Amino acid sequence: MQAKGTPDMLQDKDRIFTNLYGFQDFGLKGAQSRGNWDGTKALIEKGRDWIIDEMKASGMRGRGGAGFPTGLKWSFMPKESDGRPSYLVVNADEGEPGTCKDREIMRNDPHTLVEGCLLASFAMNAHAAYIYIRGEFYHEASNLQRAIDEAYEAGLIGKNACGSGWDFDLYLHLGAGAYICGEETALIESIEGKKGQPRLKPPFPANAGLYGCPTTVNNVESIAAVPTILRRGGSWFAGFGRENNHGTKLFAISGHVEKPCTVEEAMSIPLKELIEKHCGGVRGGWDNLLAVIPGGSSVPLMPKDVCDNVLMDFDGLREVGSGLGTAAVIVMDKSTDIVYAIARLSEFYKHESCGQCTPCREGTGWMMRMMARMVRGQATLDEIDLLWDVTKQVEGHTICALGDAAAWPIQGLIRHFRPEMERRIKEYRARIAA
Amino acid sequence: MSHLRRPAPKELQPTSFAFTPENLERANKIIAKYPEGRQQSAVMPLLDLAQRQTEGNWVPTIAMDYIADMLEMPAIRVYEVATFYTMYNLAPVGKNFIQVCTTTPCWLRGSADVVDTCKKELGIGIGDTTEDGQFTLIEVECLGACVNAPMMQINDDYYEDLTAESTKAILDALKKGEKPKAGPQIGRKGCEPLGGPKVLKAFCGCGAAPQDADASEGDA
Repeated sequence: MQAKGTPDMLQDKDRIFTNLYGFQDFGLKGAQSRGNWDGTKALIEKGRDWIIDEMKASGMRGRGGAGFPTGLKWSFMPKESDGRPSYLVVNADEGEPGTCKDREIMRNDPHTLVEGCLLASFAMNAHAAYIYIRGEFYHEASNLQRAIDEAYEAGLIGKNACGSGWDFDLYLHLGAGAYICGEETALIESIEGKKGQPRLKPPFPANAGLYGCPTTVNNVESIAAVPTILRRGGSWFAGFGRENNHGTKLFAISGHVEKPCTVEEAMSIPLKELIEKHCGGVRGGWDNLLAVIPGGSSVPLMPKDVCDNVLMDFDGLREVGSGLGTAAVIVMDKSTDIVYAIARLSEFYKHESCGQCTPCREGTGWMMRMMARMVRGQATLDEIDLLWDVTKQVEGHTICALGDAAAWPIQGLIRHFRPEMERRIKEYRARIAA
Repeated sequence: MSHLRRPAPKELQPTSFAFTPENLERANKIIAKYPEGRQQSAVMPLLDLAQRQTEGNWVPTIAMDYIADMLEMPAIRVYEVATFYTMYNLAPVGKNFIQVCTTTPCWLRGSADVVDTCKKELGIGIGDTTEDGQFTLIEVECLGACVNAPMMQINDDYYEDLTAESTKAILDALKKGEKPKAGPQIGRKGCEPLGGPKVLKAFCGCGAAPQDADASEGDA
């Protein structure tokens, strides 16, 4: 069903998450009516190598933010067990500010995820998988647990899953409010019952992950897309988006648009088209746009002139000095106090730093306090360079990417809005001089 | 101050804790989710269970010790977990535990109005509890409902697409002992655009006006 005048919009028949908006039954019957659990046994019978090859052919890059090719990641898992079991761990800790896409999968289309866990685990020789869901998602966890229970009762998972001869157990594990557990090794620590502090890599989880066993950690959206990709073929998925950026993708558009929403679209859709077609446009019109954070709080913002033509995919956004991240698009119009918007993110990273690495533990505090002064203009002009330098001292000097994530938004601000920062400082100094 | 992750002072700490028989059964089921010898993995869900069982929705130190015994792990490892993760309350909170998200996506859509309304209507500041023990108000980081911003969580429920007016209406209802309907407070069901989905219409009742969500749907 295409709307008139939008000939190139992704068609519903090519959407994976057809109950994204939750108007239908999320349970097993509803899921089966939408095509989930159709011929799952036959997919398993095609074998492990076939599944991994299809995933490679699909061109899927991980949907959790880093964009690592999913099929390739799976191929790092040992083909034969050395006595240790293998695990799939699904990252459902969705906590990156702006990001709220996995929530919709888990509460409205949970069977896509349950079926995906079976197929992915089979492909990686794992008889058990854990889904780590953020603790605040109480109702999402409740729906997902119901889907898991239904799948057990129907023999779709458990012993001899789907009659395939493969035994598979799936467990839900609730977090308790720590953004850092979205980092894969912190997440593993957390499942093991410890503080969520990232591990040094190597060893990578594929060699020594959960309980010291081979483990792959994948995002919810990556895993939930697997059944449809396997049913329709990797080449179908690869038919969307530009080379190296294939597939359909959930975009969550928040902030200053007329109608914020989450929508599944083809990769490489122009940002402007995404906002105008699905969200009723920027509040006050496109020319009222100030800046967009295109991939969740960790990626640098883009000023309007970049937004005019940029394509929403991994490479397109990297070329303009930002990133696709989780495809959480945060839109800011000209009424926005852009310095505060970024300063608030600095507060976030300060709050969420796990405290393990000194540059991050101390640096996030420094950056937060300097940014608070920048909001008021209570600084000297050369402190902008000092702030830049602090971000560079944090970036790349920590075990995990939280330090980088705290640095990049500020770097984006300085890169694109330095005149605004300078204006505030000059005004503040003029005011105190008067 | 609620963000200081320290146990409550001694005079607030109870002197005994044990799971109820029902919760003990739940605890054993949780422990069985993890491989033999990996029972420490159950520490987070058991802390949550203890918090839900405790009057005032918090985890007393004695409950941490109880869980340490149960899982055969050093008590300090349980304290570490309890103080690291912010969802464990280390001191009693009000019957209605209000957590307003103020991270950038919510702030852009007016979370400051929500915070101000809560402060004004409850007569308390951030981190405070009303004298009658009915409400505790805190600010939290991103709760992952950004297209439905601004939002707040009250106990297990998300209240989304808030304005100052709807925030006040929710608080008024809670004061009367009612349970206001959770979810978006404007005419939409979930994350679809206001006015009805633009895509997937065949899956959404042919694009009819957003239906009333059944509040009990799916809450096992």
